[in-house]
Amino acid sequence: MAFDAYQKREFKLVGTRVPRPDGIDKVTGRAMYGADPVAPGMLVGRILRSPHAHAKIVAIDTSEALALPGVKAVVTGADFVLPQDAFLADIGENAMAQGKSLYDGHAVAAVAAISAEVAKAALKKIKVTYEVLPHVTDVDAAMKAAAPVVREGLRLESVPDGAGGNVTHFCEFGHGDLAAGFAKADKIVERSFKTAATHQGYIEPHACLASVTADGKADLWCCTQGQFNVRWLCSELMGMEASQLRVTPSEIGGGFGGKTTVFIEPVALMLSKKAGRPVKIVMSRDEVFRATGPTVSTSIDVKIGMTKDGRITAGEAKLRYSGGAYQCMTVEMGGQAAFACYDLEAVRTQGWNVLTNRPKEAAYRAPGAPQAIYAVESVVDELCQEFGLDPIEVRIKNAAKKGTKSSYGPTFDDIGLMATLEAAKKHPHYTAPLKPGQARGVSCGFWFNFGGNTCVTLNVNTDGTVGVTEGNPDIGGSRASISLMAAEELGIPYEKVRTIVADTASLGFCDVTDGSRVTFAVGIATIRAARDAIKKMCGRAAKIWGIAEEAVEWREGAAHPAGPNAGKFPPMTLAEIAAVSFQTGGPIAGHHEVNADGAGVSFGVHLVDLEVDKETGATKIQRYTVFQDAGKAVHPDYVEGQMQGGAAQGIGWALNEEYIYGDDGRLQNAGFLDYRVPVASDLPPIEAVILEIPNPGHPYGVRGVGETSIVPPLAAISNGISRAVGKRLQQLPMSPPRVLKAIKSA
Amino acid sequence: MRYEKPQTVAEAARLLSAEKGLSRILAGGTDVLVQMKSGLIEPDLIVDIKALPGLRSIVAEAGGFRVGAAVAGAQLAEDRDLKKAWPGVVEAANLIGSTQVQGRCTMAGNLCNASPAADSVPALVAAGATVRIAGPGAARDVAVETIPAGPGKTTLKKGEFVTSIFLPARPARSADAYLRFIPRSEMDIAVAAAAVNLTLDAEGRVTAARVALGAVAPTVLLVEAAAAALIGSKLEEAALEKLSAACSAAAKPIDDKRGSVAYRKDVVGVLAKRAARIAYTRAGGKQ
Amino acid sequence: MSITVSTSVNGDAVEFVCPPEETLLDALRNRLGLTGAKEGCGTGDCGACSVTLNGRLVCSCLVLAAEAEGQEIGTIEGLAQGDKLHPLQQAFIDHAALQCGVCTPGILVAADALLKQNPEPSDEEVRFWLAGNLCRCTGYDKIVRAVQAAAAEMRRA
Repeated sequence: MAFDAYQKREFKLVGTRVPRPDGIDKVTGRAMYGADPVAPGMLVGRILRSPHAHAKIVAIDTSEALALPGVKAVVTGADFVLPQDAFLADIGENAMAQGKSLYDGHAVAAVAAISAEVAKAALKKIKVTYEVLPHVTDVDAAMKAAAPVVREGLRLESVPDGAGGNVTHFCEFGHGDLAAGFAKADKIVERSFKTAATHQGYIEPHACLASVTADGKADLWCCTQGQFNVRWLCSELMGMEASQLRVTPSEIGGGFGGKTTVFIEPVALMLSKKAGRPVKIVMSRDEVFRATGPTVSTSIDVKIGMTKDGRITAGEAKLRYSGGAYQCMTVEMGGQAAFACYDLEAVRTQGWNVLTNRPKEAAYRAPGAPQAIYAVESVVDELCQEFGLDPIEVRIKNAAKKGTKSSYGPTFDDIGLMATLEAAKKHPHYTAPLKPGQARGVSCGFWFNFGGNTCVTLNVNTDGTVGVTEGNPDIGGSRASISLMAAEELGIPYEKVRTIVADTASLGFCDVTDGSRVTFAVGIATIRAARDAIKKMCGRAAKIWGIAEEAVEWREGAAHPAGPNAGKFPPMTLAEIAAVSFQTGGPIAGHHEVNADGAGVSFGVHLVDLEVDKETGATKIQRYTVFQDAGKAVHPDYVEGQMQGGAAQGIGWALNEEYIYGDDGRLQNAGFLDYRVPVASDLPPIEAVILEIPNPGHPYGVRGVGETSIVPPLAAISNGISRAVGKRLQQLPMSPPRVLKAIKSA
Repeated sequence: MRYEKPQTVAEAARLLSAEKGLSRILAGGTDVLVQMKSGLIEPDLIVDIKALPGLRSIVAEAGGFRVGAAVAGAQLAEDRDLKKAWPGVVEAANLIGSTQVQGRCTMAGNLCNASPAADSVPALVAAGATVRIAGPGAARDVAVETIPAGPGKTTLKKGEFVTSIFLPARPARSADAYLRFIPRSEMDIAVAAAAVNLTLDAEGRVTAARVALGAVAPTVLLVEAAAAALIGSKLEEAALEKLSAACSAAAKPIDDKRGSVAYRKDVVGVLAKRAARIAYTRAGGKQ
Repeated sequence: MSITVSTSVNGDAVEFVCPPEETLLDALRNRLGLTGAKEGCGTGDCGACSVTLNGRLVCSCLVLAAEAEGQEIGTIEGLAQGDKLHPLQQAFIDHAALQCGVCTPGILVAADALLKQNPEPSDEEVRFWLAGNLCRCTGYDKIVRAVQAAAAEMRRA
């Protein structure tokens, strides 16, 4: 059996709801977030941003700013030598414009000064001469032949001839004979949808503190989902060697994918290098909205055929995604996810990435999937209504299962969709009678889940305690789950383990905290590092007992002679072995480094009861239940938290959240006042039902749980509203004016 | 920027009159500090009026209430007599911002910030409130609706500021109500708003009414046709429809990120109807 | 032109010098080293900077530092009594009412202000009271449960 293969077992600690190790720091205000550190001689960095959606930067005169007393450095695009690699160059170009402002809020210059007041005054003294160019912010408008071209030269070979000048990428997935499939259908529904760009809306704005010294060494403290990625990107953009840049992640005040890349970090490093002093940059909320990475905005066509007994005969989707003014591959994930919930004979998805004068997309929880699945699940719901079929029964009839050739290629192993649907069907929520005026919406959701590069070091201390060093920022309780897995494997109490998140100099490379990979991949590395330490501890016991290492086994936190032939020795606990480790060969540590595979896909089903005010178009969410397969819930509280949090973000996306651009191409709602994330009084309790269908690719059966939960709310709510008002909604968000319009046209 | 916290009204007026640059009054600061943060204004002088005598209290006067200009929303909510007499005014003021904002925001600030969407202003106008203005000259009292001149603009002259708002005595069987529409349940700016203030006779017939609308014109609207629709009625469906139509017709909104012209005209009529029902019930009317 | 401010923070007399336009939030964080209050928006929309001013819940980003002169400020750093956590703090840990934790100081300060004036709130009252405290991680479910658990604990005590 492969080492990582899942083995059924009884857990002692995994699955319990222990207090998180960083809890007290976080409830007392002691935890250090991105904006909290200070350094001796620290300067304040501020960034000047373009007010134009699209403009040529003819000239930048920084002389007056530099002459202002207290200003220590000014940086513009000219200070950066961008790498040849297009991916890296785009990130650099986004951090500081190179000759052209590509969106409202694009950074054009930055200053470092002795105080915020001086920095602010200095920004006003920078004279930028712009030549305003025609702009386009709507994805459909950008597809048109006559649209202004945002950037030349980005088109990949994948793009077929005849596509507009803003199309940079094309992709296609699927299998089977579409025409034959549609021919078998009793009804074909074809609909077009639009979804607005949304923002992750983390409460902590990006912040960093950079300190570059004259010998070329640098330290960077920042809030990030991946310190190693920050090191890679920043060292490339600064022309530094990776070893000379140490990145230390702070506690992170939310990310949801938005802190997987860099925006202000290279700017702070360059300012620090030029000023010869540490520089801190903290974004304002306005900057966060205008100049970090929202989601793609999309326009999607879906065509599905169904027989009158509810069998889907064919499905097709055309996805047009815009990731802003940059190359963006998110449409690939939308194309792959669109029909992933279904076992289909004929399916095809096609995707186009389109340039617009909007900020560069960054990941947001299941990037690309919510939009595509929203469109597909809306059409499935309409077909259910058409034939008078139960929406869960229809999904059960068509659900992907073990052995299904997925719409994007791979054949599924053990997956939890069917169990999740059955759980939803049996749940009291689904059978609760609806009150007059209420409607119920259902949707499935899917996410791939990632594994990836991961290192863990596990140090056994001489007092019998254990330190786990890992490289992924704790964004929602992962230190607790990692400690639980280490303690479980070692057979020691949870309280004996302390897990810390390392800087880039203290551990090998770890991929970003994204793709729902941490509990899965860091879990594998932790369990393997623990097994490595166990092997070493068994060796020490063997040495003490004078028997062969193979004759020692580890159980319940202690080395035991393996059977009667090994000899009669009292077991030695971890603490006992550790206490004498200096006499038996030195300190004991376990390590593991892996590019983890086998993450195991994740499915969820959401149920929502809602009511629509027919006179104002306002929607009230009244009951909400999330069903999701966690494989094995290591810390159920934080699994539920992921399910509830994703649902809440999806509710916001469905009802109110959107990037609103004016005719001038400027963002009109760059603040929490008019970018409306759900507040406490908007939401009902969110019930989380965890299913545990073990992932064959993880020793404990763990699957990632972070992302799937944002996928179903969009369609679940749209399906509920459409049923409530008697008209199919086809655009997100379903803000009250849009819903009222639908009511009036029904 | 200078920060001043005068101890007398005269001193405050003198500071404001003497300032050559931009000056702003600071009471709760929930608008001024936001405008400073966003770079919309850079005042040269901030005059904090919270130390001025009487500005932080609510006092009974001639059967009504004099509310100091620095009285915070949370303080209004805690005044039982005021809440009983003017439930619509208090609920309107309490809708401004969050609990945190309620700890600071004032009705006078809400009025003088002159946002077309200010929540307390329609309720104050429907209530027939007056404001007392201090300045270089003698104090004067004016009707509340004369203060806003347009978005962000007031009719106050150089050196003038509001020291209190007066809510008059109530006849028997009187009540008011305020409703606004926002996309969320809290924390938004009104998309449309309506305040209704009614007095009933012993039979439950409306004898007096004032209807004011917010967020549907550059300034608050006092709609006489809407009031006329209610007077003489017992809030029958026909009267409510007339009220609603009068409000929709009077509304002169704009299209913006928060709502369209058509949506606002629709919804303001709906809100007026609903507010009228609440006010009617509060006044003891039975529908 | 800088001004000197003498005030009380969590019962301790403190003094600092700042420009007149500086917010109380910036003074707490940058001059007094009290970084528990966070700036999530700077415009009163998120509540991460919540503190009390003479016992009244406010956003410290919407208060000038100068206004603190002679007043009493309460921050998250003053919620625990020495090494003994406030029941709300303990309940937030016990009920996993935080994920990233950046909104947590503001929510705790706000919830404490609520329970001081309403020891037995309904769930709806908790939700409306906390509407000005954005949390993007939890969907608020566990936060409401934790506040109620703390309220019950405090009523028993």
